[in-house]
Amino acid sequence: MTTAEQKAVAAAAEAGDLAALRGGVRATPEAIWQALARVPDPEIPVVSIVELGIVRDVRWEGERLRVVVTPTYSGCPATDLIMDGIREALRGAGVPSFDVEVALAPAWTTDWIAPEARGRLRAFGIAPPGAAARVDVAGISPLRRAREAVPCPRCGATNTTLVAQFGSTACKALYRCEACREPFDYFKPH
Amino acid sequence: MPPDASLLDYLLRLADTDLVLAQRLGEWVGKGPVVEEDIASTNVGLDLLGQARMWYGYAGEVEARIAGTGRDEDAFAFRRDAHEFRNLLLVEQPNGDYADTLARQFLFDQWHLLLLRALSASADERVAGIAAKAAKEAAYHAERSADWVIRLGDGTDVSHARMQDAIDGLWMYTGEMFTAAPAGDPLAAAGIAVDPAMLKAPWDARVSAVLAEATLARPADGWMQKGGIAGVHTEHLGRLLAEMQFLQRAYPDAKW
Repeated sequence: MTTAEQKAVAAAAEAGDLAALRGGVRATPEAIWQALARVPDPEIPVVSIVELGIVRDVRWEGERLRVVVTPTYSGCPATDLIMDGIREALRGAGVPSFDVEVALAPAWTTDWIAPEARGRLRAFGIAPPGAAARVDVAGISPLRRAREAVPCPRCGATNTTLVAQFGSTACKALYRCEACREPFDYFKPH
Repeated sequence: MPPDASLLDYLLRLADTDLVLAQRLGEWVGKGPVVEEDIASTNVGLDLLGQARMWYGYAGEVEARIAGTGRDEDAFAFRRDAHEFRNLLLVEQPNGDYADTLARQFLFDQWHLLLLRALSASADERVAGIAAKAAKEAAYHAERSADWVIRLGDGTDVSHARMQDAIDGLWMYTGEMFTAAPAGDPLAAAGIAVDPAMLKAPWDARVSAVLAEATLARPADGWMQKGGIAGVHTEHLGRLLAEMQFLQRAYPDAKW
């Protein structure tokens, strides 16, 4: 595909112009990525599933498109909704036949969350995750653990207190800001 | 047992243990002692349910390799009787008070995390992938339940006494977690499964440290109840399944 053709496909995908896409021009992986980037996370709609790192790969295999996704948490109730959103976006982008493959390895990590999404999480009232390496999977953390300082997403104060290790969803912990007294969610490093 | 039959049995042990504990935690929904704990125990249960689904999914594929067709997760969960379940006796024990629930969770979580970390290096890629994912979730579970054992053990006289009772009462169900693999077990030989006996020393060290910090006495290892992984269960599992399976038994394949 020439650059001009690629631009035309991307523009068509952007405009949702199905006819142009179905007119024999195969959507480029870039256009598909753009279409998927408009699928919001059902629980945290300010970030897309691409920014969360759920979509791992997009590639054509002959006439079929293969999209590789990885679940966040095993029991995340949003998983089915996310899969529906992906299928809808692919059909919307004029992809006639596709397979959505679920890959478990390598396991999803919050380190894959896009930097620009972190600011949006904070603006939404959710403290973005720290580095996942801090999670002690070995289970040999100190018994009475000194909690990392999670800055309040509202006022920025660092004197905050963990209220519960699991908040409104499995991926978040519930904190309270001791400065502004507001409760807030912390997207746990994972 | 041929290798695939052993693998199917092993996967069902993992899946059933996760599912039964998830169901127990589900019993707390709406009844937790404080709203944060209600949410936390529900989230832990959801993680375990998700892990059970991954293990059942793989078990179904392995069963298809053996028998031509394999059951799906619903068939495994809703269409088997108690004697076909391979879960640990520990996880089917009733919720009791919140100290009982947290003590059960603590004794399980410490073992579960060690097991999943070891299985992350399994020679079976599917087992390794599921275990590596589940281990990240189990790390948070283990941290929470250990925190609570310390808070309640080193809390008031009442919370201390209740937590000590809970640990004492459940201790006889911990031995089963470390039942050594039978000699010549093809899974251990192939590096697919972990010999549970290997997990005993690190589990002991960690559990003893948390109990000491919680000012609780570590019970002596006495008679240990066993049988869950062979399908011989306590009377509690039947009642749990009766509630969990009722709808699918009464209205097979019902959907909503």
